[in-house]
Amino acid sequence: MTHPMEHPMKHPGKLKVYLGYAAGVGKTYRMLDEAQALRAQGIDVVVGYFETHRRKETIARAEGLEMVPRRVIAYANSSFEEMDTEAVLRRRPAVAVVDEFAHSNVPGSKNTKRWQDVHELLDAGIDVLTNMNVQHLESLNDQVWHVTGVRVRETVPDWVVDEADEVVLVDLTPRALRNRIERGVVYAPEKARLALDNFFAEGNLTALRELAIRHTAHEVEERLTAPPRDDRILICLTGSPSSANLIRRGKRMADYLQADCLAVHVAPSPEVGDTVERHMNFARNLCIQTHVVEGGDVPRTIAEFARAHRVTQIFVGRSGPRPWWKKFGETIVQQVVRQSRDIQITIVAQRRR
Amino acid sequence: MTGRTDRRLDPDELLRRIQAEERRKRRGRLKIFLGYAPRVGKSFRMFDEGRRRKERGQDVVIAAAQSDVAGPVHEIVSQLEIIPSLDGAIDVPGVLRRRPQVCLIDQLSFNNPPGSRHAERWQDVEEILRHGIAVISAINVQYIREQQAAVEGFTGKRALSSVPEKFLHEADEIEVVDAPPDVTMGDPRVLAELRELALLLAADVVDRQLQEYLDSQGVSVNWGAQERILVCLTPRSDARAMLESGRRNADRFHGALLAAYVEQPGLDPADRARLDEYLALAREAGAEVHCLKGGDFAETLLAFAHEQRITQLFLGHSQRERSPVEKLIDAAEDFDVRLFPHTGAS
Repeated sequence: MTHPMEHPMKHPGKLKVYLGYAAGVGKTYRMLDEAQALRAQGIDVVVGYFETHRRKETIARAEGLEMVPRRVIAYANSSFEEMDTEAVLRRRPAVAVVDEFAHSNVPGSKNTKRWQDVHELLDAGIDVLTNMNVQHLESLNDQVWHVTGVRVRETVPDWVVDEADEVVLVDLTPRALRNRIERGVVYAPEKARLALDNFFAEGNLTALRELAIRHTAHEVEERLTAPPRDDRILICLTGSPSSANLIRRGKRMADYLQADCLAVHVAPSPEVGDTVERHMNFARNLCIQTHVVEGGDVPRTIAEFARAHRVTQIFVGRSGPRPWWKKFGETIVQQVVRQSRDIQITIVAQRRR
Repeated sequence: MTGRTDRRLDPDELLRRIQAEERRKRRGRLKIFLGYAPRVGKSFRMFDEGRRRKERGQDVVIAAAQSDVAGPVHEIVSQLEIIPSLDGAIDVPGVLRRRPQVCLIDQLSFNNPPGSRHAERWQDVEEILRHGIAVISAINVQYIREQQAAVEGFTGKRALSSVPEKFLHEADEIEVVDAPPDVTMGDPRVLAELRELALLLAADVVDRQLQEYLDSQGVSVNWGAQERILVCLTPRSDARAMLESGRRNADRFHGALLAAYVEQPGLDPADRARLDEYLALAREAGAEVHCLKGGDFAETLLAFAHEQRITQLFLGHSQRERSPVEKLIDAAEDFDVRLFPHTGAS
């Protein structure tokens, strides 16, 4: 059973992503600045969605830009406002400004993610200016958790950002950002103190900033080189919760090494459980080709699959702690290693806190 | 918690840090805006910051601005106090007499005319900082001395003036001014190369700041913002493949490449010769080579990997059961272990 990956396709509209490393660095401001510059050149720009966060400077920067009214969606006895994608499509501007690329839409919306709404605009030939923080990149999810202790829930698959026409870094030094927070520019005063002691601690900000700068450099380089593809990475999926970490790390490695990436799950029967199915889905969303292979002997089946698919590197998760009755037996990882000594094998760290 | 250990500093290192810290306290703060090409907006960002600081009540002056500024930059410059230059260079005594809180200085890489107080403008800045005055300045990557060979590789040109990279590393803050190149700025390929160079330089500066921050907190944490690859060399490993992979990996991630071997007693001459050859290969590949002494192979390597904040360890596949490789895999919880086939195994 094989699921082909969905090939990202080229959209007629152009996508520009402003990349930052924390709230308050000025992503929305820069984006609105550009929108104003375009408007001054006589280009038809509208704001599809814009989150003010009640920041005075940002609100002032949006002045004079046409706003497409939001759509109100009722959910769980409350009403939520989302971008009215249909209305933007009907309006057909040359350029649409869409804040918070990584946002998850409220249930009941047509698409679950805002980046999918953006794709609809791009497909219709509308250029989009948007923004996000580096911690919203799917492949960095575990690393960001490791660094900050925060598990970011709203993520964007890396390929979505990779296919953007331009990625621009919005930089601000951590000191300047912390000053802004202290002055109450970013959050209300009572929230500011809490923010400075937690997520906005200097070490966190510095590490996230480095990730953002490096990622922008990576995006610039990607657009410079036409990559050779001779590496093939195989991710071995299981029902273990650590599989998500394994998928992200394997895919990140494949992206950076410009390698093909596939995933396999070996099961005694073609029926796979819910957890495995969820992991397979997750992998497919990241553009990884997934396979389920029937077989009783897991390590041997993996080795055979890898050879048949000309895999150059196998990615496996770490085995959990061994129960006492298996203290002297081999772990699955050891068995995989023993069966595939002719192939490179990466045993992925857990990246826990 | 894995990967977090208290770090004990030796007294000399501690003294050096305290002295550096005191020097820093007396010194004015230096902030540099780093760009990759003319017209990406560095000067605007610098003067705009000066304007905002003045609005917040700080005493801000301009000590050097380009004469031919236009548009929005001109607008800001005309609202700020300017200390006129003295025979084409910054009037350092004038600045010191005026004693502002913040001094804005454009074109950090400027060469002063012969006979000036200092040959280069960044040396003027040094003196101003020593007197406790904060400086905000701006520079493009092609004027950083250590980057000029790389820049010349893309552009075929070398700027006549430059600033040592050390000066950038000593800055309290640097901020990247990034913008996609537009068609009027020149060859897009060259601009993209310069842009990448500026970003990577900034990432290195930030990585050092992160390291200093962590050291000052007395913890060593595997934060993993930068990929750090350690290739473990043994006489029987396929060192060539491992180093090639390691080099490519480090290049693609813009990470660091290290190679290490653990001293083994009673190595036979053939193995010794092979190992020496591998170490030469590692140096050729640009790896930082370490010779580790220690009793237990796995424990020595593990301790070194933690100390060096390694994110990927490259090892040869074990060739027998219960080898140290298995022990390493078991113990290596917070970095990836990548196993390589031995030479001839296929």
